[in-house]
Amino acid sequence: MSDKLLKVEHLYQYFPAGGFGKKKKYVQAVDDVSFFINRGETLGLVGESGCGKTTTGRSLLRLYEPTKGRIVYDDKVLFDSGDVPLVDDNGKDIVVDQKLQYGRKTAVDMKPYRREMQIVFQDPYASLDPRMTVGDIVGEAIDIHKLASSKEERYNKIQSLLERVGLNSEHANRYPHEFSGGQRQRVGIARALAVDPKFIVCDEPISALDVSIQAQVVNMFEDLQEQMGLTYLFIAHDLSVVKHISNRIGVMYLGKLVELADSYELIFHSLHPYTKSLISAIPIADPKTARESKRIVLEGDVPSPLNPPSGCRFRTRCPYATEKCAAEVPEFREISKGHYAACHHIDTVN
Amino acid sequence: MSEYLVNIEHERLSFFTPAGEVKALNDVSFHIKQGEVLGIVGESGSGKSVTAYSLMGLTAYPGKLLGGTLDFNGHRINDMTEKEFQKMRGNEVSIIFQDPMTSLNPVYTIGNQIREVIRLHTDKSKKEVQERAEELLQLVGINEPKKRLKQYPHELSGGMRQRVMIAIALACEPKLLIADEPTTALDVTIQAQILELMMELKDRLGMAIMMITHDLGVVANMCDHIAVMYAGNIVEYGTTDDIFYNPKHEYTKGLIRSIPRMDSREHERLVPIEGTPVDMLNPPKGCPFASRCDQCMQICLREKAPVMHFGDVHYTSCWMNQKAELEGGSAK
Repeated sequence: MSDKLLKVEHLYQYFPAGGFGKKKKYVQAVDDVSFFINRGETLGLVGESGCGKTTTGRSLLRLYEPTKGRIVYDDKVLFDSGDVPLVDDNGKDIVVDQKLQYGRKTAVDMKPYRREMQIVFQDPYASLDPRMTVGDIVGEAIDIHKLASSKEERYNKIQSLLERVGLNSEHANRYPHEFSGGQRQRVGIARALAVDPKFIVCDEPISALDVSIQAQVVNMFEDLQEQMGLTYLFIAHDLSVVKHISNRIGVMYLGKLVELADSYELIFHSLHPYTKSLISAIPIADPKTARESKRIVLEGDVPSPLNPPSGCRFRTRCPYATEKCAAEVPEFREISKGHYAACHHIDTVN
Repeated sequence: MSEYLVNIEHERLSFFTPAGEVKALNDVSFHIKQGEVLGIVGESGSGKSVTAYSLMGLTAYPGKLLGGTLDFNGHRINDMTEKEFQKMRGNEVSIIFQDPMTSLNPVYTIGNQIREVIRLHTDKSKKEVQERAEELLQLVGINEPKKRLKQYPHELSGGMRQRVMIAIALACEPKLLIADEPTTALDVTIQAQILELMMELKDRLGMAIMMITHDLGVVANMCDHIAVMYAGNIVEYGTTDDIFYNPKHEYTKGLIRSIPRMDSREHERLVPIEGTPVDMLNPPKGCPFASRCDQCMQICLREKAPVMHFGDVHYTSCWMNQKAELEGGSAK
């Protein structure tokens, strides 16, 4: 058993977007993303809207069928498109006799794995069926996976799940509209926990909540992780929350992973110019620090993923961009132990 | 004319809905001087937007002003007619909304929508109006204004649209700009651009800004004064430093404790505010925050705390301060 619960290797997710034949266009939502998640840890994934963080989360659960790539969960290959190189434990492509090695094309039935891998969605208003009671929403997963042998057991399971997420048992008979946003998100979490999973993708679980409620839900995620030994992929655009909850953080920009490191390393010693500007753009809730700190304000907007810039995708907004950035795609490489970044000019930037 | 641009005293406003009376504002008082930035923070439903809308006469049926006085730039808002409001809106006070996609009209070009404001409030010739529109787009940092004026909202990105909204709001150089969560729908790097633009324009045009937000980070960076709202009440008011470094109301303290800090180097557990916001249909009798407050005393449930002043501007209404004064004997 390796330490790595989940491995994502050379993941590509393209969505068709109009055009015919050779002119057919694709939204390059995720483009060659590789990372792994250790058992019991939380990996944060941040980036602006449209950078592909949510798509990454959904693709690795195979809610979208990946265009290319390999997904390995608990040493079992869940998906392999057969045309991306095999990767060794250090993230390097395996080369034998100067030839890249490929895996066998695989796509397993996901149903047994759904018990282990779950997701909590962003919008607690849209992700719960308004015509089902909370008890049925939570119980549906128990029914599908036949986790309860009797009605009574099912009932007890639902009760204990609701209590676990801080709701009380009488809530089971109510409908989603009777709850506040924070409570609905708790229902969404209870639904994910119903199958006793090991791994949960948390897709912006707190963005839709009020500030005073956010802290409650973040604390609950931490408690559940401790009690049940869960592993999280925590997706959010709010870097301060991600930093708080994650062991390691990956930063995405326009479908590419640009930097990945231990949380504190990433916040205090970031290497990539995009990460630096992202961190400095966050308004600090401390007037004195805010007055003293100097912001790096990026010019312009994120380019369209339909037609991303050549080479480094950040170059159109990067203050350090040179000709090399337009010509070559920077390699996502390990700069120091466990700290990865994709930039041609790391030495100049730092 | 008084020294204040905006002076609201004891405003009470309710919405009469089929479910009953929603007391959106309970005795709200504050003022804004010329060129000042006031931040209003609070959770959804705390009444922060309603406060701003009432100043522009946008709380018509089923909303009703029940008491208090509202003064803005020499007008008494209470007894203004719709015609007078129309003259004032866009001219002396403008607003930018949270979602620039829904607040721009999708079937008119950007140019159409900017020119409309200028035509309504000035008697410029067609050519002058066009020139002014181009000038405004340049002011908010949009390149190629001629081309942009011919485009429709859907052709622009979120950040661009919000810039267009700001251009429309500033068309007549208002004395007060109300910004209702102007950056909530935007990404952080775009948010930084827009906030910087707003501060720059404020300095250049000398207008006052009323910044409505739930993001404490935004107010810490932008505002001179902050009003913290909870359940239709201003629970604490003070300078930015007062609120962040010397909060006196338990809700403000809780709010500041509950946000994760970017600059801390160790993992600290967040201290959330327990419970959920109050139901505005039946607000509690005493302090609105009492049910969620961990310092709650008997008196908090019975009576609203009186306003207590600390220094010139800083005030709050929380019984804890009265208690501290009684025990300490000499709290200032």
